[in-house]
Amino acid sequence: MKSKKPNLLRSLGLGLGVLVVLVVYAYGFQVTKVDLKETRSERRQEQLIRIVRALAQPEFFTYDKVEFEVSLPVMIPCPQEGFAPPEPDKNGPYLIMTPACADPREVATIEGYNFEPFSKGPLNFMPAGSDVKLQLGTVETDESGHFSTQVRLSNRPSDEVQEIRAITRQNVGAPKLTRTAIDTWNKIVETVFLALLATTIGTALAIPLSFFAARNLMKDVTSTMISASLSILFLPVGLYIGVKTAAAASLLSEFLTDNTLLMVASLIIAPILVWQGSRIALPQREIAKPSVAVRVARTSLLLILFLVSIVAFYLLSHVALLGGSALGKKLGDFGFLGTFIRDLGDILGMLIVVITALAVAGVFSSIAGRLGILIGQKSKFAGRVIQVVLATTAGALLFLLIAFALNWLYQFRNYQALYLYASLIGALLGLFLGIRTDVKATLPTGMVIYYVSRTIFNALRSIEALIMAIVFVVWVGIGPFAGSLALSLHTIAALAKLYSEQVESIMAGPIEAIKATGATRLQTIIYGVIPQIVPPYISFTMYRWDINVRMSTIIGFAGGGGIGFLLQQNINLLHYRAASAQMVAIAVVVAIMDYISSVLRERIV
Amino acid sequence: MGRGYRKTPAHFFIFCVQNDMLKVKNLTKIYEGGVLALDNVSFEVPQGEFLAVIGLSGSGKSTLLRCINRLIEPTDGEILWGDTDITKASDDELRTIRRKIGMIFQNFNLVHRSLVLTNVLAGRLGYVNPALSVFNRFPKADIENAFAQLKRVGIANKAYNRADELSGGQQQRVGIARAMMQGPDIILADEPVASLDPVLAHSIMQYLEKINEEEDVTVICSLHFLDLVHRYADRVVALNEGRLMFDGLPKEIDDVKFKEIYGKDAERVG
Repeated sequence: MKSKKPNLLRSLGLGLGVLVVLVVYAYGFQVTKVDLKETRSERRQEQLIRIVRALAQPEFFTYDKVEFEVSLPVMIPCPQEGFAPPEPDKNGPYLIMTPACADPREVATIEGYNFEPFSKGPLNFMPAGSDVKLQLGTVETDESGHFSTQVRLSNRPSDEVQEIRAITRQNVGAPKLTRTAIDTWNKIVETVFLALLATTIGTALAIPLSFFAARNLMKDVTSTMISASLSILFLPVGLYIGVKTAAAASLLSEFLTDNTLLMVASLIIAPILVWQGSRIALPQREIAKPSVAVRVARTSLLLILFLVSIVAFYLLSHVALLGGSALGKKLGDFGFLGTFIRDLGDILGMLIVVITALAVAGVFSSIAGRLGILIGQKSKFAGRVIQVVLATTAGALLFLLIAFALNWLYQFRNYQALYLYASLIGALLGLFLGIRTDVKATLPTGMVIYYVSRTIFNALRSIEALIMAIVFVVWVGIGPFAGSLALSLHTIAALAKLYSEQVESIMAGPIEAIKATGATRLQTIIYGVIPQIVPPYISFTMYRWDINVRMSTIIGFAGGGGIGFLLQQNINLLHYRAASAQMVAIAVVVAIMDYISSVLRERIV
Repeated sequence: MGRGYRKTPAHFFIFCVQNDMLKVKNLTKIYEGGVLALDNVSFEVPQGEFLAVIGLSGSGKSTLLRCINRLIEPTDGEILWGDTDITKASDDELRTIRRKIGMIFQNFNLVHRSLVLTNVLAGRLGYVNPALSVFNRFPKADIENAFAQLKRVGIANKAYNRADELSGGQQQRVGIARAMMQGPDIILADEPVASLDPVLAHSIMQYLEKINEEEDVTVICSLHFLDLVHRYADRVVALNEGRLMFDGLPKEIDDVKFKEIYGKDAERVG
């Protein structure tokens, strides 16, 4: 008896569950406006058949056409004495209308005989005394060249004999490519290269970023409060100095480019200088720790070499700019090569600033961090005081920077107050943390970076490429360039996430082994991590290229260039056969890329 | 390899370190989540000894070995090597310490997709310039040494094979070559033969024995089989649930001791 009650309850519960599921689906049907009547309506079905057939016949080939005209004299309305058309020549194609004459707007059956089988064309009414033709309908002959159609006659009463004319078109000669096919080809090439550029840019940036979003690599990165604060404080300083250094180097290189001889000479000397210098500054191996003097000397040498190489890169960028423009003019049809070299020079010029700023900021920050570790080891009390001061300043700076960014976006009216409050809050937070944290305690800085980068990637990834395309179209104008920039940005976020998850799933053993040899973190990544992630990185990159080809159909809607623009146009104009051609092109490209990707993976894995 | 360097003055320092004992004092490791892996473990290892670490799976052998080169951070205690306390070393110091401590793993831990040669050269990463090693550039002497080490373990002809093309025994020999590239004073071997068949196991153990005898390298090796312990080890420490149960000569492990180490239901095999 005891077991019966729960059973009843369970049955009731089950019944209730089924009911709830039913209600959920019922609501789903209502919300999605399921209308089964529409699916059965004859008109809709006809339309469906038409569109499916159009989609099934992509418009790739066309034929030269010949037109046949067959006329039938008719009287509208019927004259008093009646009307009989002249006897047609039954050897050739001819038309018969029943009845032979009729009142305007009357329905008549028109039949045709001896036409070419399976030909199509309009059936027109040619009113007397004018050049217009009024379409009555279309004809479509069967295998014996016969058709029969009912038409409503035009409201053009006349005493004269008028004409009904059937025009059929017939394919002659070999198939030719349609205009659509040619346009599709041009646009699919554009699309593939657009996607290639986006994938390349995206991959290049996603690979280094993905390491920051890999938990297993960032977990071990810790630092003390002092060194973290110093790193934060010196980061903007480094950025500023980096930008200024790049600007100075640019000036110097401009001075050098004024004189061609000087420019060529420095372009030759600089790499030799850097190569030889780095051999001195970076000895191949170090058995014992070098003395302070040696290290200072090496660091200064490296600094000089760094400056020399920035100048050299600027020179290279100038040379590419000048040479590329000159080449572009001379090469004629291959001028795009020259333009490409010029653009590469331009990109290099832009990159130098960014890389210099980042490099200097990184060096400053890491030196500051090391300094922080040293300070923390010195004395307990002083360490605590220094920590509180540094943490307060760093907190204030961090919040001030955030306030700057907010003000840039929203342009607050009373921004001085914003800065004041932000830095005050930051300082208080820093003060609190500085007092609470032990001087020697390690903070999980790596995990902070991990979460921040993850959040940024997720946010970027959830913004549709379409929206990005709109922003870039506004920036660089309608066309494939905007599209490739939008896709690049999206690719960075998506690939960085995929890559980082690959890094997280690699075998930990080899990394442990490399670490145990006394390798630095960078060496561990290069020798333990990278060899393991090459195959998945390649397949993800190929997959992303494939996605980018398909995505370019979407960004085309926003003016991002590529085949999407054509596709959207044809859909809007109801040219389903043309749209179908574009979809086939996309499918073929995706299939080919899948094949290439599988071959590549087989080779490399 | 290590021999030649000792003639240079820079190596005098390392030479001094080399004659020092490794002293583990009150070592404790509590993992996140409160698992006590090592409980107040203390022992000493003189330079040049072959020390076996035995115990059941999960008794803390791996944790102990990894605490010595701080692949795992100890919670408490000291590990003294000469004058330096490994547990207190900064990141930079730790790297200089680690490069004198080779490590061999149960699963070999080779980078599968890299060449055997690259795997062996990885043993020099603590010595070469980080900036140059980024481009896979190693000094000529190191490359020659890598071939010499591979020749010593009998697989010089496999240098340009990918590591995953090798059999288990061959992979472990690459692991030994990698550890020997470091010119180590200590080799930590974490169950180096647990994934190998008995014949291969002996051949790998013989390489370790040879290194121990010829190069005066301390070997700290965790093992499962007592016959291997009797055959190769100078001394044994035994762990049970993180506690040191035994520290003595292999032949001193009698039935009573055995049950203490492995639990009272355990039976001796072989």
